[in-house]
Amino acid sequence: MAEYMAEGKKPEVLFWVGCAGSFDDRAKKITKAFVKLLHNAKVDFAVLGTEEGCTGDPAKRAGNEFLFQMQAATNIEVLNGYEINKVVTACPHCFNTIKNEYPALGGNYEVMHHTQFLKALLNEGRLKVEGGKFKGKRITFHDPCYLGRGNGEYEAPRDLLRSLEVELVEMRKCKRNGLCCGAGGGQMFKEPEPGNKDVNVARTEQALEVKPEVIAAGCPFCNTMMTDGIKNKEKEDDIAVMDVAELIANAEDL
Amino acid sequence: MQIITQLLFLIALVAGIGFFVRNIRRLTRNIKLGKKTDRTDQPGKRFNKMARIALGQSKMVRRPIAGILHIIVYLGFIVINIEVLEIIIDGLFGTHRILSFLGGFYDVLIAIFEILAFLVLLGVIVFWIRRNMTNIYRFLSRELKGWPKNDANYILYFEMVLMLLFLTMNAADYQLQLNGVPHYSSEAGIVGAFPISQFILPIFDGMSNATLIIIERAAWWLHILGILFFLNYLYYSKHLHILLAFPNVYFSKLEPKGKMDNLASVTEEVKLMMNPDADPFAAPAEGDEQEEPDKFGASEVTDLNRIQLLNAYTCTECGRCTAECPANQTGKKLSPRKIMMDTRDRIEEIGEIINKKGKFEDDGKKLLDDHILREELWACTTCNACVEACPIGIDPMSIILDMRRYLVMEESAAPNELAIAMTNIENNAAPWPYNQQDRLNWTQEN
Repeated sequence: MAEYMAEGKKPEVLFWVGCAGSFDDRAKKITKAFVKLLHNAKVDFAVLGTEEGCTGDPAKRAGNEFLFQMQAATNIEVLNGYEINKVVTACPHCFNTIKNEYPALGGNYEVMHHTQFLKALLNEGRLKVEGGKFKGKRITFHDPCYLGRGNGEYEAPRDLLRSLEVELVEMRKCKRNGLCCGAGGGQMFKEPEPGNKDVNVARTEQALEVKPEVIAAGCPFCNTMMTDGIKNKEKEDDIAVMDVAELIANAEDL
Repeated sequence: MQIITQLLFLIALVAGIGFFVRNIRRLTRNIKLGKKTDRTDQPGKRFNKMARIALGQSKMVRRPIAGILHIIVYLGFIVINIEVLEIIIDGLFGTHRILSFLGGFYDVLIAIFEILAFLVLLGVIVFWIRRNMTNIYRFLSRELKGWPKNDANYILYFEMVLMLLFLTMNAADYQLQLNGVPHYSSEAGIVGAFPISQFILPIFDGMSNATLIIIERAAWWLHILGILFFLNYLYYSKHLHILLAFPNVYFSKLEPKGKMDNLASVTEEVKLMMNPDADPFAAPAEGDEQEEPDKFGASEVTDLNRIQLLNAYTCTECGRCTAECPANQTGKKLSPRKIMMDTRDRIEEIGEIINKKGKFEDDGKKLLDDHILREELWACTTCNACVEACPIGIDPMSIILDMRRYLVMEESAAPNELAIAMTNIENNAAPWPYNQQDRLNWTQEN
């Protein structure tokens, strides 16, 4: 982004990569797939790179409002400094935080989840989505809490999957009733409390009920949790866990 | 004689309503122990939501069996209460079925009341069977042991008895009208239509008019006294939702569920920290009344806001939240319903102390640890399933978050792994210990 600024240009959109998208090996693949799609659709985008920092979502939800607001203040300084108007991110937690919790702290942007952004590109005809190798495959979508219940977006990822001409099957608990993957609220970074099962295993069992070939996700943390769940059930050879962006990018071998 | 019963009725009515007013005063006093919060914006939108969700019961039917049964009981409750108006007038003035001048319309009304009463009776019986004889997950939780389970059953018994009394009263009245007994019979012929209670008539075969009058009067009195008693039972019971569901939905959150409030007290601190001109040694401004900064988060009900306390009083312990909670489903101690029940129990404890001593005196207990355990709080994934599930707009998650805020910001008591993640965010702007300068490395990898 600094380079854009130096050249006096403004990108169409800022891609907020997020911590998982920057550092987690699995999530980096999602980042790259999404970037391929952006290039393919000739979207003029920028990233903050080393100037990006955690939005503060896990800190806030774990109760550390102080740390959250420090992160928010820093990020808002940077975003406002670059006069950013539009942000897209592949992480529903970043999406929710920047969209809903930054405005009161002085950060006002149009924020989109990458599935919403891709759907818009599809509608504008800038992105061509075809079934390719996923045509007719049995795919179920796991709703990320902070995209679905948190912000009421259930259809954008499903519309994208439909445009891939897959056989979209719904789990018993889906959309507003979707079961959490178990990672939210800071749980990603800690061991669960004593219980009789892990949440991601419970969710994976629900997914297995509909016998999918692919579990589609829209969140790097859900992705990790579901992948672990599949491994726990020793199904990793039969069932893939993939982000919607990866499905689209891989369909065409971009 | 007549005047004495009228007087007795007046006394019962005044006592019943008076006691109810006292309870409502206590309730509002207790809710006002919470912090002020403004949820009066967008009245149109709020009114609309209340009409849909509270009045229209739109979220109840998401569980169709319980939802439809509930609508029957709810409709019955509202409609049959029109009859209570007539009972009160008859009671005060010694009249008989004062509204019967409405003629054919009156017959229709009474017929509707009877059919609804019968449906309510059936509905309540099914509710009882579901609660006591089937294995429904949300009715088996440990927080429902003891009083909450009894409370739920008492309500059901009460409704059964009230409906039976209502139908018995009508049946006896009908028989007395048929027998042409003075006071009951009218020149206009039979007043009221009795599609259900007519089937009770055979039981009265061979009874004298005097016995019938005793039965009718007894049913009439027990019915109205029962209603007055029930009105006052509300405050001690989960049944309070029949009143509070409306304001509770009205004041519920309109923003996206994912949005959590930003603590204003923290914003002040952060602004101070970020301001290079701030004087760290500055004395509080002259005339600044506030001696110590706001406490962060909540360890006691008085740290919560009034909406959260209203939520606690409104909760009817249906457990839809708990049934949807990922932590609860996987055997963790967290139950969103218990969070609400504990909050209410604690406000009541404090309220009781104020009732006895005139003001609150420390009883050595708190909401945190004495009611809600840390283990419960840390099991929450903030997924909002409980908030989505609540049919009357309760937000258990906001209480969990406020209590976490207390644990982290006042006690530094986050679980160790979380504390490490937070330290990482503080040091290198990511929950994992990666250097911020490496954020762009992915562009160089394949």
